[in-house]
Amino acid sequence: MTFQGWFLILAFIGILLALAKPVGLWLFALYEGRRTPLHRVLGPVERGFYRLSGIDPAEEQGWRRYAVHMLLFNAALMLFTYAVLRLQAVLPGNPQALAAPSEHLSFNTAISFTANTNWQSYGGESTMSNLSQMLGLTIHNFLSAATGIALAFALFRGFARREAKAVGNFWADVTRITLYLLLPLCVALTVLYIASGVPQALAGVVDVQTLEGARQSILLGPVASQEAIKMLGTNGGGFFNANSAHPFENPTALTNLVQMLSIFVIGVGLTWTFGKAVGNTRQGWAILAAMMILFLAGTTVTYWAEAAGNPVLHQLGVAGGNMEGKEVRFGIAASALFSVVTTAASCGAVNAMHDSFTALGGMIPLFNMQLGEVVIGGVGAGIYGFLLFAILAVFVAGLMVGRTPEYVGKKIEAREVKLAVLAIAVLPLMILGLTALSSVLEQGLAGPLNKGPHGFSEILYAFTSAVANNGSAFAGLTANTPYYDALLGVAMWVGRFFIIVPMLAIAGSLAAKKYTPESAGSFPTTGGLWVGLLVGIILILGGLTFLPSLALGPIADHLAMIRGQLF
Amino acid sequence: MNTDIKTAVRPAIVMTILFAILLGLVYPVAMTGIGQMIFPAQANGSLVRDASGRVIGSTVVGQAFVAGRYFQTRPSAAGKGYDGLASSGSNLGPTSKALAERVTQDVATRRGEGVTGDLPADLVTASGSGLDPDLSPAAALAQAPRVARVRGLPVARVRALVAAQTETSLLGDAHVNVLALNRALDAAAR
Repeated sequence: MTFQGWFLILAFIGILLALAKPVGLWLFALYEGRRTPLHRVLGPVERGFYRLSGIDPAEEQGWRRYAVHMLLFNAALMLFTYAVLRLQAVLPGNPQALAAPSEHLSFNTAISFTANTNWQSYGGESTMSNLSQMLGLTIHNFLSAATGIALAFALFRGFARREAKAVGNFWADVTRITLYLLLPLCVALTVLYIASGVPQALAGVVDVQTLEGARQSILLGPVASQEAIKMLGTNGGGFFNANSAHPFENPTALTNLVQMLSIFVIGVGLTWTFGKAVGNTRQGWAILAAMMILFLAGTTVTYWAEAAGNPVLHQLGVAGGNMEGKEVRFGIAASALFSVVTTAASCGAVNAMHDSFTALGGMIPLFNMQLGEVVIGGVGAGIYGFLLFAILAVFVAGLMVGRTPEYVGKKIEAREVKLAVLAIAVLPLMILGLTALSSVLEQGLAGPLNKGPHGFSEILYAFTSAVANNGSAFAGLTANTPYYDALLGVAMWVGRFFIIVPMLAIAGSLAAKKYTPESAGSFPTTGGLWVGLLVGIILILGGLTFLPSLALGPIADHLAMIRGQLF
Repeated sequence: MNTDIKTAVRPAIVMTILFAILLGLVYPVAMTGIGQMIFPAQANGSLVRDASGRVIGSTVVGQAFVAGRYFQTRPSAAGKGYDGLASSGSNLGPTSKALAERVTQDVATRRGEGVTGDLPADLVTASGSGLDPDLSPAAALAQAPRVARVRGLPVARVRALVAAQTETSLLGDAHVNVLALNRALDAAAR
């Protein structure tokens, strides 16, 4: 570990903390439906969209209607992308004349992008035409992100409103978030990326004769415009197979920092927005503090493990940290930090190959996802996932002192706790169930590239990533098979929407409740004790659930690594 | 529930079409226009041309160097090496026999060139993309004696070229762009 490495990590955290309030304020304006300076330019677009689709943005929706409209919109988007992919060969914008992706790959990819996962069973440059990248994939990067933030707004309203029937208007939320937050930021980010060396062209392949006289083909495309929303919307689906490790996606250490900040910035802002929405910004800071403790702990472990390097290679006469799968321009610190950021959030972009991390360095990204990606988390999904844990935490605190639990002015009763447990139980059931299945079936065992415990880790990582809607991979796994495409597709869909629906039901149930003012008997949900309880609940739940699987994978791998046992 | 579904059908379809046009066509095409206007070189891949105007590479994307007279690039898992259409890491894990065998072989090659002591890690490991354009200064300096020998240049001169091409950053590691370094080398030899 170096001074420069820690400087980067601390600067990253410092910038985020400074951005929490300004971004949170902007999000709060959108949450409230207030006018922003951008309405002058984009207001007509917003109104046009409502008019053409027959929407009254002022019409309030109950949680059921909000859920149904969200689900139908997402279903329509998914079918649209499936069609675009299957028709790739006959549609324009295909300079490499690529064939259409197979049925199972298109199925997997359409779900993957709809569910804000962006798991990639394909290599972008060898599979997707420019049009598929733009029309099939980029739109999801915006809209799955906007959907996530909209859902967080609905839950915020559940906490903030008193004896109310409705949680907002889905269409108004999604349209405003897209037009007044994501799109303008992406325009600015795209320009920055282009200036730094990310291509933005509609041409295809450039033929190069290298200095040694060999031939090389370099692929250009609309990379920067996709890169901007890929990070900002915590999507993670790269234009190229190597994702943000590819120099065209992430050319410099500066773009690397901007990409990491993009992943976290909206999630951090939303914690502040939550506090503001429930009338006490300290509630938001408490959540952010708990998240940051978990984040810093994970970063420290991964950075330490990667800087310590692989003893197997040290034996062979190689110095220093683990550089297999890492880019020189980033180095150990920026790669380790990126891996923790991308898995703490549900981004899944990678700037280094997680599969080639040391055993413990790679375990942290895996564990981050297993915790439910609530450390900042995906845009919207992170905070609503975290609030489910907060409900459990006040429930546990309530059990200890023998009082009805309350959180930010609402009584938490049996219905909310049941729904929260239902949503959280999706993770272990799906991840462990599907991993176990694939560890015994022939089709499942055909997947891993690596042998021994690391091969098991590849399977475990894939289902963890899919269910948690992350999208990063231990990419040695050959996933573009009917078996994995289908199973991972189902895992992504369940992992997204089977958490969302109970969460919206909680929002509806909370909105209908009376306000319960804080009393002397209330458990305070702003101080250090509360932050500690939150961290404890998240770690205990995640740890108890997943430790056995980690023992079979990364921990066994680590023990083999220090003994020098190879597979 | 029934009215919930009925009221959702039209907006779901129309919004899908409208957003597809705005986000899938207008946004990327407009950004392409802006990029091509303000930063045409970068938007088109930061291509490098030789004196006759032929494209010899990109400052951003790495290319393979295997000859002894050049600074050689890192091992690459992109296709058969530095394949611009098949970016990839090796994805070999820490306890992989295949990884240990590959590294053993590469270490032996460097030893054969007279490199002593522990080798810089990046010199014998594959990058994440397989298209890493850089070497660490240490990995370049380890090759300086060989390059100097093959070219008949003083080692100090070659080392000075590495130092001149080294870029540092507070946000990432120090690195040397191999294409730029080798072009400087060719220019110096003339």
